[in-house]
Amino acid sequence: MNTSHLLHNARARLLSRRWFFGECGVGLAGIAASSMLASEGRAAAASAAGPLALKASHFAPKAKRVVYMFQAGAPSHLELYDPKPALAKHDGQLPPADLLKGYRAAFINPKSALLGPKYAFQKYGASGIEMSELLPYTGAIADDICLVRSMQTDAVNHAPAQILMNTGSQQFGRPSFGSWTLYGLGSEASDLPGYVVLTSAKGTSGGASNYGAGFLPTLYGGVPLRSGGDPVLYLSNPKGIDRETQRASLDTLNRLNDLSLKAVGDPEIAARIQAYEMAYRLQASAPELLDLASEPKEVLARYGITDPTKAGYARNCLLARRLLERGVRFVQLFHEAWDQHGGLTKEIRKNALDTDQASAALVSDLKERGLLDDTIVVWGGEFGRTPMVQGGNDGRDHHNRAFTMWLAGGGIKSGHVHGQTDDFGFNVAADPVHVHDLNATLLHLLGFDHTRLTYRFQGRDYRLTDVHGSLVKGILA
Amino acid sequence: MSTTDFLPRLLMWQFRPALPAVVAVVAAVSLMPALLSDRSARAAELVSTPAQSLASSGPDYQRDVQPILAEHCGHCHGLDEQSRKGDLRLDIRQNALEGGESGQPAIVPGKADESELVSRILSDDPDTIMPPPHEKKPLAATQIATLKAWIAAGAKYDPHWAFVLPQRPAVPAVANGTSPIDAIVASHLAAKGLAPSPEADPATLCRRLYLDLVGLPPSPEQLAAFEANGYEKTVDALLASERYGEKWARHWLDLARYSDTNGYEKDHRREMWVWRDWVIAAFNRDMPYDQFVVEQIAGDLLPNATQEQVVATGFLRNSAINEEGAIIAEEFRMVEMFDRIDCLGKAVLGLTTQCAQCHTHKFDPITHDEYYGLFAFLNNTYEARSYVYTPEQRAAIDDVRRQLAAADEKARTQRPGWQQEMAVWEQKMAAGLVAWTPVEMTEMSSSGLLTHPTQLPDKTILMLGHWDKEMIFESKPDLRGATGLQLEALTHGDLFMQGPGREGAWGVEELKCSVKKPGGEKWEPLSLVNATADFSVAERIETRPASPDGKTPEKKIAHGPVAKLIDGDIDSAWESDRGHIVRHQPSVAVVQFEKPLDLPEGTEFKVAVRMAGSNSRMLACCRVSLTTAPEPAAPPIDHAAILAIRTSKERRTPADEAAIFEAWRQSMADLQPVNNEIASLWKKMPQAPTTVLHMAERTHAQHRTTHLLDRGTWNQPLREIGPHVPAALHPFPADAPRNRLGFARWLVDPQSPLTARVAVNRIWQTLFGTGLVETSDDFGTRSPVPEYRDILDWLAVEFVEHGWSQKQLIREIVNSKTYRQSSRVTSESLAHDPGNRLLARGPRFRVDAEVVRDIALAVSGLITQKTGGPGVIPPVPQNVLDYNYHYPSFWKPAEGPERYRRAVYLFRKRSMPDPVMASFDAPNGDLSCARRLRSNTPLAALAGLNEPVFVEAARALALRTLREGGSDDASRGHYAFFLCTSRPPTDDEIKVLLAFVAAQRKKVADGWTNAREVTTGEGEKLPVLPGNTTPQDAAAWTLAARVLLNLDETLTKN
Repeated sequence: MNTSHLLHNARARLLSRRWFFGECGVGLAGIAASSMLASEGRAAAASAAGPLALKASHFAPKAKRVVYMFQAGAPSHLELYDPKPALAKHDGQLPPADLLKGYRAAFINPKSALLGPKYAFQKYGASGIEMSELLPYTGAIADDICLVRSMQTDAVNHAPAQILMNTGSQQFGRPSFGSWTLYGLGSEASDLPGYVVLTSAKGTSGGASNYGAGFLPTLYGGVPLRSGGDPVLYLSNPKGIDRETQRASLDTLNRLNDLSLKAVGDPEIAARIQAYEMAYRLQASAPELLDLASEPKEVLARYGITDPTKAGYARNCLLARRLLERGVRFVQLFHEAWDQHGGLTKEIRKNALDTDQASAALVSDLKERGLLDDTIVVWGGEFGRTPMVQGGNDGRDHHNRAFTMWLAGGGIKSGHVHGQTDDFGFNVAADPVHVHDLNATLLHLLGFDHTRLTYRFQGRDYRLTDVHGSLVKGILA
Repeated sequence: MSTTDFLPRLLMWQFRPALPAVVAVVAAVSLMPALLSDRSARAAELVSTPAQSLASSGPDYQRDVQPILAEHCGHCHGLDEQSRKGDLRLDIRQNALEGGESGQPAIVPGKADESELVSRILSDDPDTIMPPPHEKKPLAATQIATLKAWIAAGAKYDPHWAFVLPQRPAVPAVANGTSPIDAIVASHLAAKGLAPSPEADPATLCRRLYLDLVGLPPSPEQLAAFEANGYEKTVDALLASERYGEKWARHWLDLARYSDTNGYEKDHRREMWVWRDWVIAAFNRDMPYDQFVVEQIAGDLLPNATQEQVVATGFLRNSAINEEGAIIAEEFRMVEMFDRIDCLGKAVLGLTTQCAQCHTHKFDPITHDEYYGLFAFLNNTYEARSYVYTPEQRAAIDDVRRQLAAADEKARTQRPGWQQEMAVWEQKMAAGLVAWTPVEMTEMSSSGLLTHPTQLPDKTILMLGHWDKEMIFESKPDLRGATGLQLEALTHGDLFMQGPGREGAWGVEELKCSVKKPGGEKWEPLSLVNATADFSVAERIETRPASPDGKTPEKKIAHGPVAKLIDGDIDSAWESDRGHIVRHQPSVAVVQFEKPLDLPEGTEFKVAVRMAGSNSRMLACCRVSLTTAPEPAAPPIDHAAILAIRTSKERRTPADEAAIFEAWRQSMADLQPVNNEIASLWKKMPQAPTTVLHMAERTHAQHRTTHLLDRGTWNQPLREIGPHVPAALHPFPADAPRNRLGFARWLVDPQSPLTARVAVNRIWQTLFGTGLVETSDDFGTRSPVPEYRDILDWLAVEFVEHGWSQKQLIREIVNSKTYRQSSRVTSESLAHDPGNRLLARGPRFRVDAEVVRDIALAVSGLITQKTGGPGVIPPVPQNVLDYNYHYPSFWKPAEGPERYRRAVYLFRKRSMPDPVMASFDAPNGDLSCARRLRSNTPLAALAGLNEPVFVEAARALALRTLREGGSDDASRGHYAFFLCTSRPPTDDEIKVLLAFVAAQRKKVADGWTNAREVTTGEGEKLPVLPGNTTPQDAAAWTLAARVLLNLDETLTKN
């Protein structure tokens, strides 16, 4: 494991703490600064030692960080991960009537003809996991991943389904998985936000709510690291203000604030000084993070990055690794491109070309750096696609009853397929995994009993899994 | 009152005898933070005989026991029958004493050791111990001790305090003129051996008042006026200022989840700003809170409702609307309904309701039934949207209406026998009507599968949700002998101005019919001839330009006449647009089959209706009917009149009568001059500047019943539920109407235990940073019992008695000594009471997001003070705009003075929260927010330092400083500092600031810093400099201003 960055982080933390305690003249009480309304337990701990201070999980975790590659728009499991020869055989025929009882797709009349898979499947790796010919790179890491072919969700429209996947509820206002993680574990990154969001393709249906803090305090929300313009909003100083002027400005600001702290005694002032210092550090650390010049050519090539300055999914995957290395707790990629109601053959091929290599490279890169052991990697979208055709003969509608995701990393069984669907990839035939079960399991890997990672809001102890979720033991190593 | 006034009582308490009984209880219940300071009545009593009353009562049920029972036992032994175990309830004394299935009393009052509850919680057998280990809610030793002590003292139950009507508490005896707030605070503090803080200095107080009451810092002139006029006069002046409403409305907008977009994936714009302005105006005129609530929930149902009262009902319409492709509108209407109940719960009742959406609430008294009882009050509504007019326009409309009435009168005068003539005419018309059979569809879809039409019981088809180009309706009607088809365009309350179009003018490009015989494979088209309509516009030519790639050449298309429906040209449309306002009425087209159909039973029949244009011109409500009458045609009178004539006389509405009269009048040749006059009068109807989403009650015919939904699932109704209120709250008056208006009035009934308390608490929260009840959105059984319940109750009673005046309430609070205390923190006071729950010091916290921005604009002089109007679009980085799923091409940031309007007027887009507002913790309108949490993050720091508007404010503040702050840096420094913080800098502070200015000036002079860039953002441009100042001055002071605008003190209410 490459530990230099960890040492660097520890040192930076130490320095900043020393500065904080020394220069600001505040003791530990000073860090109890944030005036968040604590309810109890973890929340109280949060406010006692700073909301982002490191916190212990309920039990020894298998993983301490997460990278979640969210494939928004809902990729077709039938072209990518779930081989269905029977579907090819019945191409053009109506699905069995009993299959459709009580079923609802989003757009189509369920009584639409079945559509055979557009791409061939093959066995990959020693484990022999069958995946699409479109995924040679994912195939190459087949022995490192756990394919969950029995995913299920409740929603069939994009925005509600994305919100459900990311926050455990179709209704707006709940904290995202990343926020829960940050709230539960605190942040190890002294110069970067603890929860970073990277977006490629277009904006997502769920919008900012996909990575929002919900009713948790704002600072648990995901911070988008943007391409084009300032990566972190308002990171650049106004024209004419160089780093030296900025330093002098902040020194002045801090001195004045410190005088005010001495006069008024409010520890919130100390927290403000710290926030401005952190902002200053971010102004250096974010560009450093984004500058891929230090990455060897072969690393860029592995991710399929030809132009390291060009925005996109591949670059985001590499940035994700760099973020994780720097102690960021939760990195979430959003790639909104998978809504193939039509043009399936061409579009899904393009999407695979855009994502397959880099997704796999991230896993193998993390593995080589010794980071995969305690990182959870998640790949998947908000639902699956219908075995039935939409439109002419080249599209699939939204389908919530069965779809595939894959996981890799700390505590996860590798080279393994969990769950299976019926002959058409329509229903789950064995070992169903609902969104809530997935989230319960991911929290488990992070060391949490999902029923006990709670936050009291409006008198109720809310959790990521609402009142649902059970541990999927079958995917645990 | 000065600090010394508190001393005598303080001393008395310091020397109070510590009786053994008290010590025992205190030891047993060490979790109790505030044993000696419970509710007012007792508190007053305590002053004289503290020990006695304590010894006899044991732990307080409300404060100490009930939270334990709710938290650890309530899930299985509470309100919810479904989840109840062993048939035992512990939340009701009688049941606890009787015990459950086992027959063992759970509680034996006075005898802890004989109580089953105690033996179970003490058990070490995993099978008998309570709570069961799998619940993962073990009791702490202190909690067990509390329960034992409580049972030993007699197991006294009290109803949850917040569900009992507040009574005016006895206020400790104090000198005349002392605010009861101060008297109560003094007695609580004294009981703890504490004293209040001294009054803050005048400048701090003045700034505190300004930030709290109007959300802006005082100018130097206003500070001087404060010194001259005094505190209370300033309070009155600020409450009378228009700026007051802009500040206080924002808190209600949080609760109302106000936004300028619809949310979800599409997140299209909506027009709601008139509702936002209504709230501002209501605050400014101090509309009594009860009226404020009633108008927002049911203003449309008030007698002779005004436009304002209808606008007010936009409150509940602030929910997000899903417009994603292929959604089912009803599914997401239900989500909106849940959101409305949630909003009312948080905003008015202070109750969490979400749990009861799926099942009976686990800890508060709202059953699953009762939830849908509340739901039923609000459910019988249309999702309406209408034009909103200015007062001048309304006067003009009234004038047109008067003239229209006069013209009608002229017609009646001209034909004195009109009533009889009209009756004859109507009879003739009725006799000529043919029988149409509405077609019941078996399958409805659309060409892009994006719209899911729904058919109502009267066979009307409503097309809500996403738009689509062509609607496809399939059916199996009786086609034997069918001669023609009728397509009615109909109005519906869910549509803008009731439709029939989605936005306004609508059109239909093509109508096609086809059939598939039983056992057949193919759809065979039917030939349609002889189209007629009640109304068509004269032919107009649209020139459709060639496509950019040149593949499609320019095309001239003729729209208008009904023949376009069946002309085979899919681009030319039948248009039945009668013009502004009058277009919102039904229309009809009739087509004949080339020859009467002779098709066997079971033949499938498909109608395809191709809509003109895109979303905005789509027909949104229609009905398809068939007839066997020979050569059917549409009568050449308004279809509204035909529908009215078909309605039996006793069921006709005044609108029906008017439609018949109108049609008759139009058909009279000699009334043509009057008809022409009326037509031109309609053209005088003004064009409304905006619209609003609002509530409207459904018509009797379209009454909607409410069902209890299984686990809250929209399409899983279990049983019908009538409107009713939770039994635990005050009763619904027997004589009140069981509709939205009755419900709204019930909410603000003075008998409500919650409504006034919740409102009062929120005002307190705004002023002190935290409510007396910390969980201002939850007064339920799990909310912490407030330290100052006596203040809360006293204020709540006052509030109602003073006519629900919010201004009066605010005045009462800010005039108190408690509010005026210095906020200085000592390490002692911090350690003792970090959250200032005891109110031994004044409030100090960072101001809200909007105020942060407004302060920068105000002190720099950039601010534009103007009340109301459409949302002002702020600059947002391109890479934020690019994150939208649906790119907001309308996003053109305001320039000039509009750019510097107050933040309450900023355009709010749900899926793209304003980056500045969000980093300072403003909610984005996803759902109702009763209290903002306050964070302190690097992202907020970056916004304050670098966001364009803040940078512009720094530049403007620098120029203002140079202009007004004197000619030397020392006096400028004093001035700028004073503008930002409302106080002069200390010697240390000015030294630090001037050293910075000097260093930066030198850096500019030495060429290291480009003065032009710093002062304008452009390398070649300088601002207009005040006389006798240099670019170096401007640059150095811009940098200094940027520092000053980011001072903790600038952003903080001190």
